[in-house]
Amino acid sequence: MGDIFLGLFAIVIGVAASYGLYWLLNFIISLLPERLRKKSDWLAFLTPAVVLVILVLIAPLFQTIGWSFMDDGAKNWVGLKNYIDLFTDQRFLQILLNNFLWVLVVPAITVVVGTAAAALSNQVGPKLESIFKSLIFMPMAVSFVAASTIWSYFYAYVPPGRPEVGVLNAVVRLLGFPPQPWLTIDQGHLNSFLLMAVIVWLQVGYAMVVISSGIKAVPEETIEAAQLDGANPWQIFASVILPQVWGTVMSVFVTVLILVMKIFDIVLAMTRGNFNTSVLAFEWYKQFFENSNVGPASAVVTVLVILIVPLMWLQIQTVRQQELLR
Amino acid sequence: MSSVTYEHVVKEFGTVRAVNDLSFHVEDKEFLVFVGPSGCGKTTALRLLAGLEEITSGQILIGDRVVNDVPPKDRDIAMVFQSYALYPHMSVYDNMAFSLKLRGTPKEEIKKRVMEAAEILGINELLERKPRQLSGGQRQRVAVGRAIVRNPKVFLFDEPLSNLDAKLRVQTRAEINKLHQRLQTTFIYVTHDQVEAMTMASRIAVINKGMLQQLDTPQVLYDTPANMFVAGFIGSPAMNFFPATIKRNGADLMVDTGTFAVKIPSSHVALYQSWVGKKVVFGIRPEDIFNPSFLPPAIHAESVPSKVDVIELMGNEIFLYMVAGSQNFVARVDPRTTYKVGDQVQVAFNMDKFHIFDPETELAVR
Repeated sequence: MGDIFLGLFAIVIGVAASYGLYWLLNFIISLLPERLRKKSDWLAFLTPAVVLVILVLIAPLFQTIGWSFMDDGAKNWVGLKNYIDLFTDQRFLQILLNNFLWVLVVPAITVVVGTAAAALSNQVGPKLESIFKSLIFMPMAVSFVAASTIWSYFYAYVPPGRPEVGVLNAVVRLLGFPPQPWLTIDQGHLNSFLLMAVIVWLQVGYAMVVISSGIKAVPEETIEAAQLDGANPWQIFASVILPQVWGTVMSVFVTVLILVMKIFDIVLAMTRGNFNTSVLAFEWYKQFFENSNVGPASAVVTVLVILIVPLMWLQIQTVRQQELLR
Repeated sequence: MSSVTYEHVVKEFGTVRAVNDLSFHVEDKEFLVFVGPSGCGKTTALRLLAGLEEITSGQILIGDRVVNDVPPKDRDIAMVFQSYALYPHMSVYDNMAFSLKLRGTPKEEIKKRVMEAAEILGINELLERKPRQLSGGQRQRVAVGRAIVRNPKVFLFDEPLSNLDAKLRVQTRAEINKLHQRLQTTFIYVTHDQVEAMTMASRIAVINKGMLQQLDTPQVLYDTPANMFVAGFIGSPAMNFFPATIKRNGADLMVDTGTFAVKIPSSHVALYQSWVGKKVVFGIRPEDIFNPSFLPPAIHAESVPSKVDVIELMGNEIFLYMVAGSQNFVARVDPRTTYKVGDQVQVAFNMDKFHIFDPETELAVR
């Protein structure tokens, strides 16, 4: 109860303080002579946001990049040593490969399944559609850690002789095979793929909803024109609907891609990076908070940033292109 | 090329009957126009033919083939939509080539046919462009081009000119007319604009409340409308209507509106004998009301006293909004007329061209 009040109190104070700040800036501006005022009022409203962004985003970024050239305690400069260590460490290369697998698999599957769900849900009539969509969208309401817990039960392994709690193993037993400790099997990166299933389950709903609204915005007449032009339902989807929602599909793809690049909580909650499932963000967490290796940890996260920046650029481009099409 | 037949076609949306027992036959190579006010069911009637809506009852034939259960893609019909419905992601060339590609037409043949169509429509320069880079008029041409490359049995047009500006509309109207002559194919064209209907159609189907009111050539519709709806809808400004009674005056029959009475010429008297003493609606078109100073020779003119309420100068003619007692009517008179607002004048009704309707059924008395 006390927490709620504290939260509400923080909201009220926060809003009041922002209001006060803007009022004050506006007041200061209004004291300036007319000519100066017109030139500088945008500055007054932009400054707080810019200061905030610099304080909490840009400054830490540069600090981290700086640390990545320092030793464990962030005391002495060590040049490129951290990076050389990383890229000569077999374990780190495995982590990079894991991250690459996540990026390769998750966005593609999420978008394909989401698009299929969106296209099919548009065919079943409004009543079934809303039920169907709610069911697929529901996992969106679950946090990553909670979802990981649910899926941990799904994959749970109990040594033979004790009552079964894992859904997957129950099915496996029913089919007459011995139960498996799924999350420890890294042959062919099986356990990494099992972790990916969690985020696909979480994100398909998002992909479906966004793409579905895109499909609904496709002008009905273009579909009718295609019917008259002699296209069958599959050709209509592939040649008329999909190209018109391609921008939306791409922006979902890139959004999921960036999310997956930074994947952390699922790995933490399900395997703690063991059994060859670690990824960049988890490695950073482990190095920084558990091993207190500030320099090497910063190098890991800098690598991650360098990999994400081009993706952000790609995302901005797709959004721009989408706007152009409208 | 093909004829089209509607047989007792009904379309219901829930409890609303959008198309009500529509029956008619469109000849091969005919240019038929569906005309009617918005929401009258004309577009629905067209979409039923295209297969974009399902028929509730009755049947539609293209040629001799009942198409009720034939999907749109197999009806061999092309349609130009009001919004043009161009594929926004395809170039003009691809928009026009799409249907041929789907049919597996050889590439060379596709190119030849698209080029031909582009030539006819004067859009050769635009083939590489995307629809969003085109003006409204250019898009409209591409939509027509997409329809003609296929050589369909029937062309459907759903208000294709309503998104164009007035000048372009007149120009495109003539072009669609030319296209019809050139292609020698059945055209079915939907519009709410009776001028479009009059200028383009070989026959016009006037539709109101889902029902066919009259189907005939533009001239017959204009001269002998079957009912008050057709009489009021075709022609601009619309026909004037006066509630009236047929009265006998010696050997003559008079139409008495209460404010004024006009004599029915002896040549028409026989037709209205049975209506003597009964209530009717008297109709006369604005151009059949004259300024007596500019009366054409040899017509049966009847004088009607009235007051000039509003004057609209058109240059080549003048519209007079007149008041006679409790009646208002419009006259379309010679531009040399010098009446002023408020003038009490005598206008001349040409009684060779009037219409009598039954107020109960609204049907013309013939």
